[in-house]
Amino acid sequence: MTATSPSGKTRLNRPNRRRKEALKGLLFIAPAMILVLVLFVFPVLFTAWMSLHKWPLLGEPTWIGLRNYTRMFSDQRFYDALGFTAYYTGIVTVVIFAFAFPMAMLVEQKRRAVPVYRTFFFLPVVVGLASASLLWTWLANIDSGFFSPLMERLGLSSGRVNLLASFDLAFWTIIAMVVWKIAGFTMIILLTGLQSIPAELVEASRIDGAKRLQRFRYLTLPLMRKPLALALVLSVTGSILAFDQFYIMTSGGPQNRMITIVYYIVNQSFVSFNLGYGAALSIAVLVILLVLSVAQLWLLRDKGEQA
Amino acid sequence: MMSARKSFERRRFLGNFAFHGSASVLSLLFLTPFIVAFLASFRRGAEASSPPVPPWPMNGVSFDAYRMLDTFGSGIWQHMLNSLIVSLGTVVLTVVISLLAGYGFSRYRFPLKNVLFVLLMATLMIPFQSILTPLFIMFAKLGLNNSLFGLTLIYVTLQLPFSVFMMRNAFDAVPKEIEEAARVDGVRDIRLLTRVLLPLVMPGVATVAIFAFLNAWNEFLAALILLSSNDKFTIPILMTAVRAGRLGSINWGALQAGVVVMIIPCIIVFLLLQRYYMRGLTAGAVK
Repeated sequence: MTATSPSGKTRLNRPNRRRKEALKGLLFIAPAMILVLVLFVFPVLFTAWMSLHKWPLLGEPTWIGLRNYTRMFSDQRFYDALGFTAYYTGIVTVVIFAFAFPMAMLVEQKRRAVPVYRTFFFLPVVVGLASASLLWTWLANIDSGFFSPLMERLGLSSGRVNLLASFDLAFWTIIAMVVWKIAGFTMIILLTGLQSIPAELVEASRIDGAKRLQRFRYLTLPLMRKPLALALVLSVTGSILAFDQFYIMTSGGPQNRMITIVYYIVNQSFVSFNLGYGAALSIAVLVILLVLSVAQLWLLRDKGEQA
Repeated sequence: MMSARKSFERRRFLGNFAFHGSASVLSLLFLTPFIVAFLASFRRGAEASSPPVPPWPMNGVSFDAYRMLDTFGSGIWQHMLNSLIVSLGTVVLTVVISLLAGYGFSRYRFPLKNVLFVLLMATLMIPFQSILTPLFIMFAKLGLNNSLFGLTLIYVTLQLPFSVFMMRNAFDAVPKEIEEAARVDGVRDIRLLTRVLLPLVMPGVATVAIFAFLNAWNEFLAALILLSSNDKFTIPILMTAVRAGRLGSINWGALQAGVVVMIIPCIIVFLLLQRYYMRGLTAGAVK
Protein backbone atom coordinates (compact mmCIF):
# COMPACT_ATOMS: atom_id res chain seq x y z
CA MET A 1 0.00 0.00 0.00
CA THR A 2 2.79 2.30 0.91
CA ALA A 3 5.32 1.23 -1.68
CA THR A 4 6.78 4.05 -3.69
CA SER A 5 6.44 3.14 -7.29
CA PRO A 6 9.54 4.03 -9.22
CA SER A 7 8.86 6.98 -11.44
CA GLY A 8 9.58 5.33 -14.78
CA LYS A 9 11.87 7.66 -16.62
CA THR A 10 11.88 5.58 -19.76
CA ARG A 11 8.33 4.91 -20.77
CA LEU A 12 9.55 1.97 -22.82
CA ASN A 13 10.36 -0.63 -20.14
CA ARG A 14 7.90 0.37 -17.50
CA PRO A 15 6.09 -3.00 -17.09
CA ASN A 16 9.46 -4.68 -17.08
CA ARG A 17 10.59 -2.42 -14.34
CA ARG A 18 7.52 -3.00 -12.28
CA ARG A 19 8.09 -6.72 -12.52
CA LYS A 20 11.65 -6.21 -11.35
CA GLU A 21 10.42 -4.16 -8.38
CA ALA A 22 7.96 -6.90 -7.45
CA LEU A 23 10.69 -9.51 -7.65
CA LYS A 24 12.94 -7.46 -5.39
CA GLY A 25 10.15 -7.01 -2.87
CA LEU A 26 9.53 -10.74 -2.81
CA LEU A 27 13.23 -11.36 -2.33
CA PHE A 28 13.30 -9.08 0.69
CA ILE A 29 10.46 -10.88 2.42
CA ALA A 30 11.55 -14.36 1.27
CA PRO A 31 13.69 -15.36 4.30
CA ALA A 32 10.92 -14.44 6.76
CA MET A 33 8.21 -16.12 4.71
CA ILE A 34 10.24 -19.30 4.16
CA LEU A 35 11.01 -19.70 7.86
CA VAL A 36 7.40 -19.12 8.90
CA LEU A 37 6.05 -21.42 6.21
CA VAL A 38 8.50 -24.25 6.95
CA LEU A 39 8.68 -24.01 10.74
CA PHE A 40 5.18 -22.80 11.55
CA VAL A 41 2.54 -23.16 8.84
CA PHE A 42 3.71 -26.58 7.68
CA PRO A 43 3.94 -27.97 11.24
CA VAL A 44 0.36 -26.83 11.88
CA LEU A 45 -0.83 -28.83 8.87
CA PHE A 46 1.44 -31.68 9.87
CA THR A 47 -0.14 -31.72 13.34
CA ALA A 48 -3.54 -32.27 11.76
CA TRP A 49 -2.11 -35.06 9.58
CA MET A 50 -0.35 -36.73 12.52
CA SER A 51 -3.50 -36.60 14.60
CA LEU A 52 -5.11 -39.06 12.15
CA HIS A 53 -2.39 -41.64 12.73
CA LYS A 54 -1.07 -43.92 15.38
CA TRP A 55 2.40 -42.47 15.38
CA PRO A 56 5.05 -44.27 17.43
CA LEU A 57 8.54 -42.86 17.96
CA LEU A 58 10.09 -45.73 16.03
CA GLY A 59 8.45 -47.63 13.22
CA GLU A 60 5.85 -46.69 10.65
CA PRO A 61 2.83 -44.56 11.48
CA THR A 62 -0.51 -46.20 10.69
CA TRP A 63 -3.66 -44.42 9.57
CA ILE A 64 -6.43 -44.72 12.14
CA GLY A 65 -8.81 -41.98 10.99
CA LEU A 66 -10.53 -40.17 13.82
CA ARG A 67 -9.74 -42.76 16.50
CA ASN A 68 -7.38 -40.39 18.33
CA TYR A 69 -10.26 -37.95 18.67
CA THR A 70 -12.77 -40.54 19.85
CA ARG A 71 -10.15 -41.63 22.36
CA MET A 72 -9.73 -38.02 23.46
CA PHE A 73 -13.43 -37.52 24.08
CA SER A 74 -13.57 -40.58 26.29
CA ASP A 75 -10.29 -39.86 28.09
CA GLN A 76 -10.92 -38.91 31.71
CA ARG A 77 -7.38 -37.54 32.08
CA PHE A 78 -8.02 -35.16 29.17
CA TYR A 79 -11.12 -33.84 30.92
CA ASP A 80 -9.19 -33.58 34.18
CA ALA A 81 -6.50 -31.55 32.42
CA LEU A 82 -9.11 -29.29 30.81
CA GLY A 83 -10.86 -28.88 34.15
CA PHE A 84 -7.69 -28.03 36.02
CA THR A 85 -6.58 -25.61 33.28
CA ALA A 86 -9.94 -23.83 33.44
CA TYR A 87 -9.83 -23.70 37.25
CA TYR A 88 -6.30 -22.28 37.21
CA THR A 89 -7.09 -19.80 34.43
CA GLY A 90 -10.17 -18.47 36.17
CA ILE A 91 -8.52 -17.96 39.52
CA VAL A 92 -5.19 -16.62 38.35
CA THR A 93 -6.89 -14.09 36.05
CA VAL A 94 -9.08 -12.75 38.84
CA VAL A 95 -6.14 -12.46 41.24
CA ILE A 96 -3.90 -10.81 38.62
CA PHE A 97 -6.58 -8.19 37.95
CA ALA A 98 -7.19 -7.67 41.65
CA PHE A 99 -3.54 -6.61 41.95
CA ALA A 100 -2.90 -5.05 38.55
CA PHE A 101 -5.83 -2.61 38.53
CA PRO A 102 -5.02 -0.89 41.83
CA MET A 103 -1.34 -0.93 40.85
CA ALA A 104 -2.15 0.79 37.55
CA MET A 105 -4.19 3.44 39.38
CA LEU A 106 -1.31 3.89 41.80
CA VAL A 107 1.34 4.47 39.13
CA GLU A 108 -0.98 6.56 36.98
CA GLN A 109 -0.76 9.40 39.51
CA LYS A 110 1.59 12.26 38.92
CA ARG A 111 3.67 12.10 42.04
CA ARG A 112 7.30 11.90 42.90
CA ALA A 113 9.03 8.51 42.49
CA VAL A 114 6.22 7.02 40.41
CA PRO A 115 8.60 5.85 37.62
CA VAL A 116 10.69 4.07 40.25
CA TYR A 117 7.70 2.23 41.70
CA ARG A 118 6.55 1.33 38.21
CA THR A 119 9.95 -0.16 37.40
CA PHE A 120 9.96 -2.18 40.62
CA PHE A 121 6.50 -3.59 39.96
CA PHE A 122 7.48 -4.45 36.42
CA LEU A 123 10.86 -6.07 37.13
CA PRO A 124 9.60 -9.67 37.54
CA VAL A 125 7.98 -9.48 34.08
CA VAL A 126 11.34 -9.44 32.31
CA VAL A 127 12.76 -12.54 33.98
CA GLY A 128 11.78 -15.92 32.59
CA LEU A 129 8.86 -17.91 33.90
CA ALA A 130 11.25 -20.84 34.36
CA SER A 131 13.67 -18.69 36.39
CA ALA A 132 10.79 -17.35 38.48
CA SER A 133 9.49 -20.89 39.07
CA LEU A 134 12.92 -22.13 40.14
CA LEU A 135 13.37 -19.15 42.43
CA TRP A 136 10.00 -19.72 44.09
CA THR A 137 10.57 -23.46 44.36
CA TRP A 138 13.47 -22.64 46.63
CA LEU A 139 11.63 -19.86 48.48
CA ALA A 140 8.71 -22.23 49.14
CA ASN A 141 10.88 -25.15 50.24
CA ILE A 142 10.17 -26.24 53.79
CA ASP A 143 13.72 -26.86 54.98
CA SER A 144 15.90 -24.44 53.03
CA GLY A 145 13.39 -21.90 51.77
CA PHE A 146 12.26 -18.48 52.88
CA PHE A 147 8.50 -18.32 53.40
CA SER A 148 7.87 -21.10 55.94
CA PRO A 149 10.88 -20.38 58.15
CA LEU A 150 10.03 -16.68 58.05
CA MET A 151 6.43 -17.31 59.08
CA GLU A 152 7.60 -19.59 61.84
CA ARG A 153 10.15 -17.05 63.04
CA LEU A 154 7.52 -14.31 63.04
CA GLY A 155 5.14 -16.55 64.96
CA LEU A 156 2.55 -16.60 62.16
CA SER A 157 2.50 -20.38 62.03
CA SER A 158 3.21 -23.01 64.61
CA GLY A 159 5.98 -25.09 63.14
CA ARG A 160 6.89 -25.06 59.48
CA VAL A 161 4.29 -25.54 56.80
CA ASN A 162 5.24 -27.38 53.63
CA LEU A 163 3.85 -25.05 51.01
CA LEU A 164 4.31 -27.46 48.12
CA ALA A 165 2.96 -30.65 49.71
CA SER A 166 -0.82 -30.29 49.60
CA PHE A 167 -2.87 -29.38 46.56
CA ASP A 168 -4.37 -26.17 47.91
CA LEU A 169 -1.21 -24.72 49.42
CA ALA A 170 0.87 -25.60 46.36
CA PHE A 171 -1.81 -24.17 44.08
CA TRP A 172 -1.93 -20.86 45.93
CA THR A 173 1.87 -20.70 46.11
CA ILE A 174 1.96 -21.03 42.33
CA ILE A 175 -0.79 -18.41 42.00
CA ALA A 176 1.29 -16.07 44.16
CA MET A 177 4.36 -16.69 42.00
CA VAL A 178 2.46 -16.05 38.76
CA VAL A 179 0.85 -12.89 40.11
CA TRP A 180 4.28 -11.66 41.22
CA LYS A 181 5.62 -12.44 37.75
CA ILE A 182 2.72 -11.17 35.58
CA ALA A 183 0.84 -8.42 37.47
CA GLY A 184 3.30 -5.75 36.28
CA PHE A 185 2.57 -6.62 32.67
CA THR A 186 -1.20 -6.34 33.11
CA MET A 187 -0.61 -3.13 35.05
CA ILE A 188 1.16 -1.55 32.04
CA ILE A 189 -1.66 -2.44 29.65
CA LEU A 190 -4.26 -1.02 32.04
CA LEU A 191 -2.04 2.02 32.60
CA THR A 192 -2.01 2.89 28.89
CA GLY A 193 -5.80 2.72 29.05
CA LEU A 194 -6.02 4.96 32.10
CA GLN A 195 -3.66 7.48 30.54
CA SER A 196 -5.79 7.73 27.42
CA ILE A 197 -8.78 9.00 29.42
CA PRO A 198 -8.88 12.77 28.81
CA ALA A 199 -8.18 14.75 31.98
CA GLU A 200 -10.86 17.32 31.04
CA LEU A 201 -13.49 14.59 31.12
CA VAL A 202 -12.55 13.57 34.64
CA GLU A 203 -12.46 17.22 35.70
CA ALA A 204 -15.87 17.92 34.16
CA SER A 205 -17.48 14.95 35.89
CA ARG A 206 -15.93 16.02 39.17
CA ILE A 207 -17.40 19.50 38.78
CA ASP A 208 -20.75 17.93 37.98
CA GLY A 209 -20.53 16.30 41.37
CA ALA A 210 -19.79 12.69 40.43
CA LYS A 211 -18.45 10.75 43.39
CA ARG A 212 -15.25 8.76 43.14
CA LEU A 213 -17.08 5.45 42.80
CA GLN A 214 -19.48 6.90 40.23
CA ARG A 215 -16.61 8.27 38.20
CA PHE A 216 -15.00 4.84 38.25
CA ARG A 217 -18.20 3.06 37.23
CA TYR A 218 -19.52 5.45 34.59
CA LEU A 219 -16.36 7.04 33.24
CA THR A 220 -13.25 4.95 33.82
CA LEU A 221 -14.67 1.49 33.17
CA PRO A 222 -16.47 2.25 29.88
CA LEU A 223 -13.47 4.13 28.52
CA MET A 224 -11.23 1.25 29.58
CA ARG A 225 -13.16 -1.36 27.61
CA LYS A 226 -10.42 -2.06 25.08
CA PRO A 227 -7.40 -2.26 27.39
CA LEU A 228 -9.45 -4.31 29.84
CA ALA A 229 -10.50 -6.73 27.12
CA LEU A 230 -6.93 -6.95 25.85
CA ALA A 231 -5.48 -7.61 29.30
CA LEU A 232 -8.19 -10.17 29.93
CA VAL A 233 -7.58 -12.05 26.69
CA LEU A 234 -3.79 -12.04 27.16
CA SER A 235 -4.16 -13.32 30.70
CA VAL A 236 -6.60 -16.04 29.70
CA THR A 237 -4.63 -17.28 26.69
CA GLY A 238 -1.37 -17.21 28.64
CA SER A 239 -2.90 -19.17 31.51
CA ILE A 240 -4.48 -21.79 29.28
CA LEU A 241 -1.02 -22.52 27.88
CA ALA A 242 0.58 -22.75 31.34
CA PHE A 243 3.24 -25.40 31.73
CA ASP A 244 6.60 -24.24 33.13
CA GLN A 245 5.44 -23.41 36.66
CA PHE A 246 3.65 -26.72 37.20
CA TYR A 247 6.44 -28.77 35.67
CA ILE A 248 9.15 -27.03 37.69
CA MET A 249 7.46 -26.31 41.00
CA THR A 250 5.32 -29.39 41.63
CA SER A 251 6.08 -31.80 38.75
CA GLY A 252 2.36 -31.99 38.08
CA GLY A 253 1.36 -31.65 41.69
CA PRO A 254 0.26 -33.91 44.48
CA GLN A 255 -1.49 -36.98 43.00
CA ASN A 256 -0.92 -35.58 39.49
CA ARG A 257 -3.72 -33.12 40.08
CA MET A 258 -1.88 -30.17 38.52
CA ILE A 259 -1.61 -31.43 34.96
CA THR A 260 -2.58 -28.61 32.60
CA ILE A 261 -3.57 -29.30 29.02
CA VAL A 262 -0.11 -28.42 27.64
CA TYR A 263 1.46 -30.58 30.35
CA TYR A 264 -0.77 -33.45 29.21
CA ILE A 265 0.36 -32.96 25.59
CA VAL A 266 4.00 -33.04 26.71
CA ASN A 267 3.35 -36.22 28.71
CA GLN A 268 1.59 -37.95 25.84
CA SER A 269 3.98 -36.84 23.10
CA PHE A 270 7.35 -36.87 24.81
CA VAL A 271 7.04 -39.15 27.82
CA SER A 272 4.71 -41.87 26.52
CA PHE A 273 5.59 -41.12 22.88
CA ASN A 274 1.97 -41.38 21.75
CA LEU A 275 2.81 -38.77 19.14
CA GLY A 276 -0.41 -39.16 17.16
CA TYR A 277 -2.54 -38.75 20.25
CA GLY A 278 -0.37 -35.80 21.34
CA ALA A 279 -1.06 -34.22 17.94
CA ALA A 280 -4.82 -34.67 18.42
CA LEU A 281 -4.58 -33.00 21.83
CA SER A 282 -2.59 -30.20 20.20
CA ILE A 283 -5.36 -29.66 17.69
CA ALA A 284 -7.81 -29.38 20.60
CA VAL A 285 -5.67 -26.66 22.21
CA LEU A 286 -5.30 -24.92 18.88
CA VAL A 287 -9.08 -24.84 18.39
CA ILE A 288 -9.62 -23.46 21.90
CA LEU A 289 -7.09 -20.70 21.30
CA LEU A 290 -8.53 -19.85 17.88
CA VAL A 291 -11.98 -19.47 19.43
CA LEU A 292 -10.45 -17.15 22.00
CA SER A 293 -8.74 -15.12 19.27
CA VAL A 294 -12.08 -14.66 17.54
CA ALA A 295 -13.57 -13.61 20.87
CA GLN A 296 -10.71 -11.14 21.24
CA LEU A 297 -11.38 -9.59 17.83
CA TRP A 298 -15.03 -9.31 18.79
CA LEU A 299 -14.26 -7.71 22.15
CA LEU A 300 -11.80 -5.28 20.59
CA ARG A 301 -13.95 -4.32 17.62
CA ASP A 302 -14.19 -0.61 17.03
CA LYS A 303 -17.91 0.00 16.70
CA GLY A 304 -20.35 0.03 19.59
CA GLU A 305 -19.47 2.94 21.82
CA GLN A 306 -21.85 1.75 24.51
CA ALA A 307 -19.85 -0.58 26.71
CA MET B 1 -8.59 31.20 56.03
CA MET B 2 -5.61 29.81 57.91
CA SER B 3 -7.43 26.76 59.11
CA ALA B 4 -8.69 25.97 55.60
CA ARG B 5 -5.15 26.09 54.33
CA LYS B 6 -3.92 24.04 57.21
CA SER B 7 -6.48 21.32 56.65
CA PHE B 8 -5.62 21.32 52.94
CA GLU B 9 -1.97 20.77 53.71
CA ARG B 10 -2.78 18.12 56.19
CA ARG B 11 -4.88 16.27 53.67
CA ARG B 12 -2.10 16.51 51.14
CA PHE B 13 0.35 15.12 53.65
CA LEU B 14 -1.98 12.22 54.45
CA GLY B 15 -2.52 11.58 50.75
CA ASN B 16 1.21 11.49 50.13
CA PHE B 17 1.72 9.27 53.13
CA ALA B 18 -0.93 6.78 52.00
CA PHE B 19 0.43 6.78 48.47
CA HIS B 20 4.10 6.30 49.29
CA GLY B 21 3.25 3.90 52.09
CA SER B 22 1.28 1.52 49.90
CA ALA B 23 3.64 1.87 46.93
CA SER B 24 6.64 1.11 49.16
CA VAL B 25 5.04 -1.97 50.67
CA LEU B 26 4.16 -3.24 47.18
CA SER B 27 7.67 -2.47 45.93
CA LEU B 28 9.11 -4.46 48.81
CA LEU B 29 6.86 -7.42 47.99
CA PHE B 30 7.97 -7.36 44.36
CA LEU B 31 11.66 -6.94 45.12
CA THR B 32 12.02 -9.34 48.06
CA PRO B 33 12.42 -12.58 46.04
CA PHE B 34 15.24 -10.98 44.00
CA ILE B 35 17.00 -9.53 47.02
CA VAL B 36 16.75 -12.72 49.06
CA ALA B 37 18.10 -14.88 46.22
CA PHE B 38 20.91 -12.46 45.41
CA LEU B 39 22.08 -12.07 49.01
CA ALA B 40 21.67 -15.75 49.85
CA SER B 41 23.75 -16.85 46.86
CA PHE B 42 26.87 -15.40 48.52
CA ARG B 43 26.60 -17.48 51.67
CA ARG B 44 29.17 -20.15 52.51
CA GLY B 45 28.50 -23.69 51.34
CA ALA B 46 27.51 -24.87 54.80
CA GLU B 47 24.92 -22.10 55.11
CA ALA B 48 23.40 -22.65 51.67
CA SER B 49 20.84 -25.21 52.71
CA SER B 50 19.69 -23.37 55.83
CA PRO B 51 16.76 -20.95 55.52
CA PRO B 52 17.71 -17.43 54.37
CA VAL B 53 16.34 -15.76 57.50
CA PRO B 54 18.11 -13.34 57.47
CA PRO B 55 19.16 -13.71 53.82
CA TRP B 56 22.61 -12.13 53.98
CA PRO B 57 25.76 -14.19 54.61
CA MET B 58 26.41 -14.61 58.33
CA ASN B 59 29.87 -16.14 58.06
CA GLY B 60 31.49 -13.97 55.43
CA VAL B 61 30.86 -13.54 51.71
CA SER B 62 31.84 -16.46 49.51
CA PHE B 63 31.39 -17.78 46.00
CA ASP B 64 30.83 -21.36 47.15
CA ALA B 65 27.38 -21.49 45.57
CA TYR B 66 28.73 -20.41 42.19
CA ARG B 67 31.61 -22.90 42.45
CA MET B 68 29.07 -25.58 43.31
CA LEU B 69 26.97 -24.58 40.32
CA ASP B 70 29.98 -25.20 38.09
CA THR B 71 30.08 -28.87 39.12
CA PHE B 72 26.71 -29.69 37.53
CA GLY B 73 26.27 -30.87 33.95
CA SER B 74 29.14 -29.73 31.75
CA GLY B 75 30.02 -26.78 33.95
CA ILE B 76 28.20 -23.49 34.11
CA TRP B 77 30.42 -21.83 31.49
CA GLN B 78 29.42 -24.40 28.89
CA HIS B 79 25.73 -23.91 29.64
CA MET B 80 26.05 -20.16 29.72
CA LEU B 81 27.77 -20.40 26.35
CA ASN B 82 24.88 -22.54 25.04
CA SER B 83 22.35 -19.99 26.25
CA LEU B 84 24.37 -17.15 24.76
CA ILE B 85 24.79 -18.89 21.40
CA VAL B 86 21.05 -19.46 21.18
CA SER B 87 20.08 -15.97 22.41
CA LEU B 88 22.57 -13.96 20.39
CA GLY B 89 21.96 -16.14 17.35
CA THR B 90 18.25 -15.45 17.72
CA VAL B 91 18.92 -11.71 18.05
CA VAL B 92 21.13 -11.50 14.94
CA LEU B 93 18.95 -13.64 12.70
CA THR B 94 15.71 -12.02 13.87
CA VAL B 95 17.05 -8.51 13.32
CA VAL B 96 18.46 -9.24 9.84
CA ILE B 97 15.44 -11.18 8.60
CA SER B 98 12.82 -8.80 10.01
CA LEU B 99 14.77 -5.78 8.75
CA LEU B 100 14.66 -7.18 5.21
CA ALA B 101 11.01 -8.22 5.45
CA GLY B 102 9.91 -4.96 7.07
CA TYR B 103 11.64 -3.04 4.30
CA GLY B 104 10.04 -5.24 1.64
CA PHE B 105 6.55 -4.91 3.11
CA SER B 106 6.91 -1.17 3.60
CA ARG B 107 8.53 -0.08 0.35
CA TYR B 108 7.82 -2.56 -2.44
CA ARG B 109 4.73 -3.50 -4.36
CA PHE B 110 4.26 -7.16 -5.24
CA PRO B 111 1.41 -9.60 -5.76
CA LEU B 112 -0.27 -11.11 -2.67
CA LYS B 113 1.50 -8.60 -0.44
CA ASN B 114 -1.41 -8.13 1.95
CA VAL B 115 -2.27 -11.82 1.98
CA LEU B 116 1.30 -12.72 2.93
CA PHE B 117 1.41 -10.09 5.64
CA VAL B 118 -1.87 -11.25 7.14
CA LEU B 119 -0.65 -14.86 6.98
CA LEU B 120 2.45 -13.83 8.92
CA MET B 121 0.38 -12.04 11.57
CA ALA B 122 -2.19 -14.84 11.74
CA THR B 123 0.45 -17.19 13.15
CA LEU B 124 0.24 -15.10 16.33
CA MET B 125 -3.15 -16.67 16.97
CA ILE B 126 -1.74 -20.19 16.98
CA PRO B 127 0.02 -21.31 20.17
CA PHE B 128 3.45 -22.73 19.38
CA GLN B 129 2.90 -25.35 22.09
CA SER B 130 0.55 -27.04 19.64
CA ILE B 131 3.23 -27.54 16.97
CA LEU B 132 5.94 -28.99 19.19
CA THR B 133 5.01 -32.57 18.37
CA PRO B 134 5.51 -32.24 14.59
CA LEU B 135 8.60 -30.06 15.09
CA PHE B 136 10.10 -32.83 17.18
CA ILE B 137 9.51 -35.34 14.35
CA MET B 138 10.68 -32.95 11.62
CA PHE B 139 13.86 -32.07 13.48
CA ALA B 140 14.60 -35.73 14.10
CA LYS B 141 14.33 -36.34 10.32
CA LEU B 142 16.50 -33.32 9.51
CA GLY B 143 19.10 -34.15 12.14
CA LEU B 144 18.33 -30.88 13.92
CA ASN B 145 17.17 -32.41 17.20
CA ASN B 146 19.51 -31.80 20.10
CA SER B 147 21.02 -28.94 18.09
CA LEU B 148 21.41 -25.38 19.31
CA PHE B 149 21.09 -24.18 15.72
CA GLY B 150 17.75 -25.93 15.30
CA LEU B 151 16.49 -24.40 18.55
CA THR B 152 17.65 -20.97 17.36
CA LEU B 153 15.70 -21.37 14.12
CA ILE B 154 12.52 -22.08 16.10
CA TYR B 155 13.06 -19.04 18.32
CA VAL B 156 13.65 -16.83 15.26
CA THR B 157 10.46 -18.12 13.64
CA LEU B 158 8.48 -17.40 16.80
CA GLN B 159 9.88 -13.85 16.95
CA LEU B 160 9.19 -13.02 13.31
CA PRO B 161 5.53 -11.95 13.27
CA PHE B 162 6.03 -9.36 16.02
CA SER B 163 9.42 -8.27 14.64
CA VAL B 164 8.30 -7.87 11.03
CA PHE B 165 5.31 -5.90 12.27
CA MET B 166 7.58 -3.61 14.30
CA MET B 167 10.05 -3.13 11.43
CA ARG B 168 7.37 -2.43 8.83
CA ASN B 169 5.96 0.27 11.11
CA ALA B 170 9.44 1.68 11.63
CA PHE B 171 10.01 1.94 7.87
CA ASP B 172 6.53 3.37 7.31
CA ALA B 173 7.39 6.18 9.72
CA VAL B 174 10.46 7.27 7.70
CA PRO B 175 9.57 10.23 5.43
CA LYS B 176 9.65 9.38 1.74
CA GLU B 177 11.63 12.54 0.92
CA ILE B 178 14.77 11.14 2.50
CA GLU B 179 14.67 8.16 0.20
CA GLU B 180 13.87 10.17 -2.87
CA ALA B 181 16.92 12.32 -2.26
CA ALA B 182 19.03 9.20 -1.99
CA ARG B 183 17.50 7.72 -5.11
CA VAL B 184 18.41 10.79 -7.08
CA ASP B 185 21.98 10.13 -6.04
CA GLY B 186 21.59 6.62 -7.43
CA VAL B 187 21.41 4.82 -4.08
CA ARG B 188 18.76 2.10 -3.97
CA ASP B 189 17.72 -1.31 -2.69
CA ILE B 190 20.17 -2.94 -0.27
CA ARG B 191 22.51 0.05 -0.22
CA LEU B 192 19.60 2.39 0.43
CA LEU B 193 18.54 0.11 3.27
CA THR B 194 21.91 -0.23 4.97
CA ARG B 195 23.38 3.22 4.35
CA VAL B 196 20.40 5.55 4.53
CA LEU B 197 17.45 3.88 6.25
CA LEU B 198 19.10 1.66 8.84
CA PRO B 199 20.22 4.50 11.12
CA LEU B 200 16.68 5.89 10.98
CA VAL B 201 15.01 2.65 12.09
CA MET B 202 17.49 1.84 14.87
CA PRO B 203 14.88 2.33 17.63
CA GLY B 204 12.79 -0.39 15.97
CA VAL B 205 15.85 -2.61 15.71
CA ALA B 206 16.55 -2.09 19.42
CA THR B 207 13.00 -3.13 20.32
CA VAL B 208 13.14 -6.22 18.12
CA ALA B 209 16.57 -7.18 19.51
CA ILE B 210 15.53 -6.86 23.17
CA PHE B 211 12.48 -9.04 22.78
CA ALA B 212 14.43 -11.60 20.75
CA PHE B 213 17.12 -11.76 23.44
CA LEU B 214 14.80 -12.01 26.44
CA ASN B 215 12.47 -14.55 24.86
CA ALA B 216 15.31 -16.79 23.69
CA TRP B 217 17.27 -16.51 26.96
CA ASN B 218 14.18 -17.39 29.00
CA GLU B 219 12.46 -19.96 26.79
CA PHE B 220 11.87 -23.29 28.48
CA LEU B 221 9.47 -25.73 26.83
CA ALA B 222 11.02 -26.04 23.34
CA ALA B 223 14.51 -26.31 24.83
CA LEU B 224 13.28 -28.97 27.26
CA ILE B 225 11.91 -31.10 24.45
CA LEU B 226 14.52 -30.60 21.74
CA LEU B 227 17.75 -30.72 23.74
CA SER B 228 18.46 -34.24 24.89
CA SER B 229 22.11 -34.37 25.90
CA ASN B 230 23.54 -32.68 28.98
CA ASP B 231 26.23 -30.75 27.14
CA LYS B 232 23.64 -28.93 24.98
CA PHE B 233 21.39 -27.79 27.85
CA THR B 234 20.64 -24.08 28.10
CA ILE B 235 20.72 -22.69 31.65
CA PRO B 236 16.97 -23.05 32.43
CA ILE B 237 17.09 -26.73 31.40
CA LEU B 238 20.26 -27.34 33.41
CA MET B 239 18.75 -25.69 36.48
CA THR B 240 15.54 -27.68 36.18
CA ALA B 241 17.63 -30.85 36.13
CA VAL B 242 19.51 -29.62 39.22
CA ARG B 243 16.24 -28.81 40.97
CA ALA B 244 14.71 -32.18 40.11
CA GLY B 245 17.81 -33.86 41.54
CA ARG B 246 18.51 -35.52 38.20
CA LEU B 247 22.19 -34.51 38.37
CA GLY B 248 22.83 -35.69 41.90
CA SER B 249 21.17 -34.51 45.09
CA ILE B 250 19.53 -31.08 45.12
CA ASN B 251 22.01 -28.38 46.01
CA TRP B 252 20.14 -25.28 47.11
CA GLY B 253 23.23 -23.08 46.94
CA ALA B 254 23.74 -24.00 43.30
CA LEU B 255 20.07 -23.32 42.63
CA GLN B 256 20.30 -19.84 44.18
CA ALA B 257 23.41 -19.07 42.15
CA GLY B 258 21.84 -20.44 38.96
CA VAL B 259 18.73 -18.32 39.40
CA VAL B 260 20.89 -15.23 39.87
CA VAL B 261 22.85 -16.08 36.71
CA MET B 262 19.59 -16.45 34.76
CA ILE B 263 18.00 -13.27 36.10
CA ILE B 264 20.84 -10.73 36.03
CA PRO B 265 21.17 -10.42 32.22
CA CYS B 266 17.40 -9.85 31.86
CA ILE B 267 17.36 -7.11 34.46
CA ILE B 268 20.43 -5.38 33.02
CA VAL B 269 19.09 -5.46 29.47
CA PHE B 270 15.73 -4.18 30.64
CA LEU B 271 17.08 -1.35 32.80
CA LEU B 272 19.46 -0.16 30.07
CA LEU B 273 16.93 -0.30 27.26
CA GLN B 274 13.68 0.26 29.15
CA ARG B 275 12.44 2.88 26.69
CA TYR B 276 12.66 0.50 23.70
CA TYR B 277 11.19 -2.35 25.69
CA MET B 278 8.11 -0.35 26.66
CA ARG B 279 7.70 0.82 23.08
CA GLY B 280 7.49 -2.79 21.94
CA LEU B 281 5.08 -3.67 24.71
CA THR B 282 2.62 -0.92 23.86
CA ALA B 283 2.97 -1.52 20.10
CA GLY B 284 2.23 -5.18 20.64
CA ALA B 285 -0.63 -4.33 22.94
CA VAL B 286 -2.23 -1.85 20.57
CA LYS B 287 -2.02 -4.16 17.56
